[in-house]
Amino acid sequence: MAGRKRDDIITADTFLEGIWRENPVFVMLLGMCPVLAVTNSVMNAIAMGLATTFVLIGSSTLVSLLRNVIPKQVRIATYIVIIATFVTIVDYVIQAISLDLYNALGAFIQLIVVNCIILGRAEAYASKNRPLKAIVSGLGMGSGFTIALLCLGSVRELLGSGTLLGFSVFGAQFEPWVVMILPPGGFFVLGAWLLLFNWLRERKASPEMKEAVHAR
Amino acid sequence: MSSVAPLPSQTSSLRMIQVLGGIAMLSGFLVVLTYQLTLPRIELNRQRAIERAVFQVLPGATTRRDFLVDDDGVRPAGEGGGGTKVYAAYDADGKLKGIAAEAGARGYQDIVRILYGYDPACQCITGFAVLQSTETPGLGDKITRDAKFLANFPLDARLAADGKQLANAIVTVKHGSKTGPWQIDAISGATITSTAVGKGLNNSAQVLLPRLHPHIDQLKVQP
Amino acid sequence: MHADSLTYIFLNAAIVNNFVLALFLGICPFLGVSAKLKTAVSMGVATMLVMLISSICAYAINNLLVAYDLEFLRLISYIAVIASAVQLVEMSMKKFSPSLFRALGIFLPLITTNCAILGLALFQTAKEYNFVQSVSYALGAGSGFILALVLMAGLREKLELAEVPSVSQGAALSLMLAGILSLAFMGFAGLGA
Repeated sequence: MAGRKRDDIITADTFLEGIWRENPVFVMLLGMCPVLAVTNSVMNAIAMGLATTFVLIGSSTLVSLLRNVIPKQVRIATYIVIIATFVTIVDYVIQAISLDLYNALGAFIQLIVVNCIILGRAEAYASKNRPLKAIVSGLGMGSGFTIALLCLGSVRELLGSGTLLGFSVFGAQFEPWVVMILPPGGFFVLGAWLLLFNWLRERKASPEMKEAVHAR
Repeated sequence: MSSVAPLPSQTSSLRMIQVLGGIAMLSGFLVVLTYQLTLPRIELNRQRAIERAVFQVLPGATTRRDFLVDDDGVRPAGEGGGGTKVYAAYDADGKLKGIAAEAGARGYQDIVRILYGYDPACQCITGFAVLQSTETPGLGDKITRDAKFLANFPLDARLAADGKQLANAIVTVKHGSKTGPWQIDAISGATITSTAVGKGLNNSAQVLLPRLHPHIDQLKVQP
Repeated sequence: MHADSLTYIFLNAAIVNNFVLALFLGICPFLGVSAKLKTAVSMGVATMLVMLISSICAYAINNLLVAYDLEFLRLISYIAVIASAVQLVEMSMKKFSPSLFRALGIFLPLITTNCAILGLALFQTAKEYNFVQSVSYALGAGSGFILALVLMAGLREKLELAEVPSVSQGAALSLMLAGILSLAFMGFAGLGA
C-alpha cells in the first residue's frame, strides 16, 4: 500500500484490487475457514459469497459513516458489534429465504463475524475513507472472495459429485471422486489453486529474477 | 499503521460510553427489526420442512396435527407442557394414516437424526426420512437409496402382551441374516449407519409406542 | 441422543471430528502459527484456555437468553464473551509467563477471530449440551486443536530442511499437508461407535 495517498477519488482500481491484486483468499490468505467448509457445491459457494459481501458492504458503510465519531480506544469493539449486527441480519434473511440452504451452510453464516477479511477491512480501510469509496472497495473484496469460493466450489462439485449447480455434467456412469467433497478434498483443491496462482505470479516476474530463483 | 493526525486530547470515558451505547442501541434496533420481519416467513419454512418429511414417511396423508405424548397421555401440542412431539397425519377423508416421530442415534461420523412413520393399524413402522446426517457420502447416505435396505420397511413394531414394551426389540442384523420382520438387514459396507437407524428406531419406539397406544383412539379422528 | 458419554464427546471433538482437519475451524492460526513447534504448542494451549472459558460463559449466557426470549442477541453476546476471555488470558499470560506472551505477540489478540472458538460456542448450543458435556466438548476441541497444530508444526520444521519447489512454498504446501493429515484423520471415524 506504499505510495497511496488518502485521496477521495474512486478509481476502477478501488474495485479491481479486491479481485486480483489483493484477493482476500489467494493473495492475503484471509478468511480460509468458510472457503474450505462450504465449497462442496457451487450453490453453497455462491450463497456464502453473497452473504459475506453483504456483511462486508454493510459494515464498511456503517463504519465509514461513523468513522469520525468512534473513539480510537473502543474502535475494535465497535467494529465487532457492527459486524455482528449485519451477520445476524443476514442469518435471519437466509433462514427466511430457504431453510435448506441455511442448513447446508450451517454455522458458517454466523462464523462470518470472525472472518478476518471483514474486521481487517473495517480497520484498515473503511475507518479511513468516505462511505462511497468503502462501498466500492467492499464490493470488490466481496467479489474477489466470491470468485475464490466459486473456483473451489466448481472444482469440488464437478469432481466430487459429477454435477454443477445440481445439473449432472458427466452422466450417470461417472464414478464421483468422493474425497473432493470431504474435508481433505477442500485442502487439496485450495492448495492446488494456490499453487497455480503462485506459478502465474512467478511467470509474470522478470526473467532475471527467474534466473536467480533457478540458480538457488 | 500510519494514522491520521492524532486527536489533541484523550477521549473522555463518558464519550466512549455514549458512542458504544449509541451504536449498541442502533444494532439492537436493526436486529430486532429484522427478527420481527422475518419471523413469520421462517416459521412457515420450518412447518413446510416438517410437513414434507411427515408426508414422505406417511404417503397418502394430506394434513397434519401435532401432539405431545408423555406418561399421562396424549394432548394437542398447542397446549404446551412436556412430552415427546408426534405428528399425526390424516388423509383427505380425515382418517388417521399414522403418526410420525423423531429418532436419533450415533452413526459413523456423528448423530443421525431421522423421522419415522408408524401405522397403528398394522402396528408397524412404515418408513423413515433423514433429517440430519453427516455420514460418508456414497456409503452411509445409501440408507435413503438402497432398495434392499428400504425393503426392510414396513417394520414390525408390535407391542408385547403387557403393552409396556415392544414384543420384539428392533435391531439391525448383519447383511443377509434377517430372520424376523422386526429386524433390519444392514447395508453391507455401511453397517454402522444402518445400525444407527435400528438403534434410533428402537430407542424411540420402546418409549413412545407403549405410551401412545392406549390413547390412539384420541388421534383417530382428525380434530 | 444426549445420553452420550463424556469420553465420547471428548474423543469426538478431539479426533473424529477434529476442529481443524474435519470441521475447518481455526485454519488461519493453523497456517500462520504452525511454523515452529514451540510457538505452536503455546498458541494451542492459549486457545484451549480461551475455549474453556468461553464455553462456560456461553453456556451461562445461553440459558439467560433463552429464559428471557432474547435468542437473537446470541451472536453478539458470544462474540463479546470471547473477546473478554481473550483479554483475560492475555493479561494473565503477561503476568505469569511474560516470555510466552512476547513469543506469541500479535497472535494472542487474534485468537478472538479464531473461528474455532465461536464455532465451539455455537455448536455446543446447537447440540444442547449440559454444563459438564460442554466442558468436555471444549477440552476435547482444544486438545484436538493442539494436536493438529503440533502435527503441522513438526512436519513444517522438518520440511524447512528439504528442497521444496518455489511455487509450492508457503501456504500451498501447508494446505497439501493439511489435506493428507485430514485424510489420515478420517480413519478415526467410527471410533467409539
